[in-house]
Amino acid sequence: MMLRALFLALTLFSLGAQANEAAPLAADPVAEKRLQDLSTELRCLVCQNQTIADSNAELAQDLRTEIRGMIQAGKSDKEIIDFMVTRYGDFVLYRPPVKGITLLLWGGPVALMLFGLFALIRYLRQRATRLADDQPLSADEASRAAELLEEIKPK
Amino acid sequence: MNRYFWILGGFAALVALLAVGLNLNPRDVPSPLVGKPAPTFSLNVLAQPEQTLGPKDMLGKVWLLNVWSSWCVSCRQEHPVLVGFSKQSKVPLIGLNYKEVRGDGEFDMSKMSAEDEKKLAFQRANRWLAQHGDPYTLTVMDLDGRVGIDYGVYGVPETYVIDKAGTIRMKHTGPISPDVLAQKILPLLAELNK
Repeated sequence: MMLRALFLALTLFSLGAQANEAAPLAADPVAEKRLQDLSTELRCLVCQNQTIADSNAELAQDLRTEIRGMIQAGKSDKEIIDFMVTRYGDFVLYRPPVKGITLLLWGGPVALMLFGLFALIRYLRQRATRLADDQPLSADEASRAAELLEEIKPK
Repeated sequence: MNRYFWILGGFAALVALLAVGLNLNPRDVPSPLVGKPAPTFSLNVLAQPEQTLGPKDMLGKVWLLNVWSSWCVSCRQEHPVLVGFSKQSKVPLIGLNYKEVRGDGEFDMSKMSAEDEKKLAFQRANRWLAQHGDPYTLTVMDLDGRVGIDYGVYGVPETYVIDKAGTIRMKHTGPISPDVLAQKILPLLAELNK
């Protein structure tokens, strides 16, 4: 019972906290949607594996405010992304542009998969020829094998 | 034999990759601002609140811009290095106090007026410099962190080297160690001042 009350209290409390955070957005659902979409494309530099949408770091909050301001000022998505990139570099983009320095990043997995496929095919081919080459045992070999099997048979 | 060679080779390659990768500093994000003109600003000076300063006032000089705050723990770590630097060098060191009050997280900003915030920020910054020594030629106050965003600040302390033409030549994120100062910053300053 106690636990339940505590859980309820916590849930209510966290709902309250969320409502606070979202308050300035609720006024304009379209702008809110754009902010949401944009900020999930952008990396928070403080906690580097979170997007600006997910992060509660102060910088992420500031940047959400900044983006919100730009949306209200009628800036296009591209302008907003450019604003971020000129300040923080390609690193803020969760989808960095394909260029010289990011070739390995984009091409690496494909190259690795091709290499794996190539290695697999080569192995299978070799195995197939090896199996095809397999000759049946000669009479000598067969009797020797039978002897060995006899030897290891549990008594 | 051949097979073991491949396995061993692969393992060695993996170790090499991890050795390099894990020794990189993930916080060391190359700034796109290096080689670009320092973003302009006009902020109040800590010592003379009625005056403002901006990068254009520094044209013709090689200077350092150091982002700091009294709540920033690593700033305390680098502070003695800056104090030492200011005693030896004639290169102007401008402090950019970043979100002195609202960055602290101790205050409910919705309950504080802009005037109060400003007063408190100046008070706190002055107190901190009185306590730890003031290496700065001047400090300017970026109360809301807007200028910080223009400079791509994401982790205080950060330091920028700006040349005579007002171009950013280097950015260092995190505290300046004596090594960084001696091996990276001082040689660059000497070269730029030639």
